[in-house]
Amino acid sequence: MKNVTNMIVAEGLTKNYGELVAVDHIDLKVAGGEIFGFLGPNGAGKTTTVRMLTGIIRPTQGRIHIAGFDLLRDPIKAKEVMGVVPELSNAYTELSAWKNLQLMAELYGVPAKTAKARAEELLVRFGLHDRKDHKTKTFSKGMKQRLVIAMSLMSDPEILFLDEPTSGLDVMSARMIKDVLQELNNRGKTIFLTTHYMEEANQLCNRVAIINHGKIAAISPPEELKARIGGLGRLEVSFKSHVDSSDLRSISGVTDVRESGDKTYLYTDEPGTTIQHLVDYCRAGSIKIVTLNTLTPTLEDVFIKLTGNGRGMEEVAEVVTNGS
Amino acid sequence: MVPEIQGQMRRAFAIARKDIRIYYLKGPVIIFGVLSPSFLFLAFMIGRNLPVDFLIAGLLGMTIFFTSTSVTPVIAPTETQTRNLERLAAAPVSITTILIGDMLASVLFGMLISLVPILLGVMFGVGVAHPLVLAVAIVLAAFCFSAMGLVFSSTPTSMTSTVMMMSTMIKFPLVFLSGVFIPIHDLPAWGQALASISPLTYITDLCRYCFQGAGANYYSVPMNIFALVVFLVIFMVAAVKLHERSLPMRL
Repeated sequence: MKNVTNMIVAEGLTKNYGELVAVDHIDLKVAGGEIFGFLGPNGAGKTTTVRMLTGIIRPTQGRIHIAGFDLLRDPIKAKEVMGVVPELSNAYTELSAWKNLQLMAELYGVPAKTAKARAEELLVRFGLHDRKDHKTKTFSKGMKQRLVIAMSLMSDPEILFLDEPTSGLDVMSARMIKDVLQELNNRGKTIFLTTHYMEEANQLCNRVAIINHGKIAAISPPEELKARIGGLGRLEVSFKSHVDSSDLRSISGVTDVRESGDKTYLYTDEPGTTIQHLVDYCRAGSIKIVTLNTLTPTLEDVFIKLTGNGRGMEEVAEVVTNGS
Repeated sequence: MVPEIQGQMRRAFAIARKDIRIYYLKGPVIIFGVLSPSFLFLAFMIGRNLPVDFLIAGLLGMTIFFTSTSVTPVIAPTETQTRNLERLAAAPVSITTILIGDMLASVLFGMLISLVPILLGVMFGVGVAHPLVLAVAIVLAAFCFSAMGLVFSSTPTSMTSTVMMMSTMIKFPLVFLSGVFIPIHDLPAWGQALASISPLTYITDLCRYCFQGAGANYYSVPMNIFALVVFLVIFMVAAVKLHERSLPMRL
């Protein structure tokens, strides 16, 4: 492996399918030892981007460097340093877990002795050791997904690409996978994680990129992104009796009001001042407040703001992107 | 460069072992391999007054042809459907390596099943006049027809039935063009011309030489071997080029 700072570098990455531009000139740099989250709505170009970065499909335009290797010119060397967990688990169902792991070792040129020791270790870590000789067609979805991740780790890769690794899994399998990712990252591995789960990205990722309509809408650490996006401070308030939301909109500092169950959410840029105005409003109208909480913007809020209702790309200009 | 080629060859063998475990070591496939030549032999023999060594030669050529082209065409469509192809595409192996792996498994299968007609021949008292030439012919033909199967499998579909139909449409006419049923000597000029463009002609002709002795063959032994090598190269180059084009459409 070459000594480089950025383990994944994509420049001007573009993929056209006929007239459709699936990915449109995106630039990415992922530093060594980073967990990089890649978020976006369905059809935004996430999987196409991951497939290009992993050498599964060729980009129409652009350059990709993996651990310093040019993926398009030297695909074998570039692929040798990465492990890939595709969107749909794809172990060979007619082979046992053990045989699947050994096949991966052979495909990545891992010596037989190392492969056996590593397979034993991974089967234990992923809770599959007692089923190692069973055909994977008898495995549950969670077990299959754990096996696919174990398969991707057989070559002890420096970079791991995961496309929706916890999608549709039970809580225990999802937690195990997240723990493993954290452990791998602690050992210095670089992880490129595509996910729909905002909380997962928020917990695990050093930085996240949000892609919409094939273009990068934002790249930042999750907290920075939440802070930069602004305008998403919220007050969560529950009143003793019903209060008309149109009246609440007239409170100074309130930019939007939404109701959900017995709670009302007041959106504001200045939560502190708005609380004072809200309390004054309630006092004047003899309205009793049951609970009042200040909520900071979540990654989901940022995501919705950037990608929701077709307004995403209009927001792009407002977000300071940091691609390095 | 040499270590890289060695590395890719080791990976091709890994793919071949995977293919054998998943696609070949199956009851129906083995039964097909053993029974189909036996049934073909019976169909050939019953009611026809032809020498057994003539029948065995044609049967052996046909057996290698059908077995070596039987499983290879379905691997790529099956793995497209199961998404395993994406796994291979992400691995550090070239398309050529994947195809060589698929071919090696098919060659082994074709060679093993070719023992069935040879054993049938031995049972009926047919000796092998030129065993070394026969061994070379079987290996070469197994490679050639396996590569032909790879050309069929390049159709960018996940439907195995589509590929099987297409390959059957090409394979069956070839059997009638290749001197299996009628010796090439007895064919009219246009029939001989057509026979010359079928790779099955050359392995059948070699088998005739090996089982019936010199004079039974239409082309010379070097000509037959040369023709099989040329067909192998053409099929392999075509398979690599076609798969390079079709792989992105499958993923």
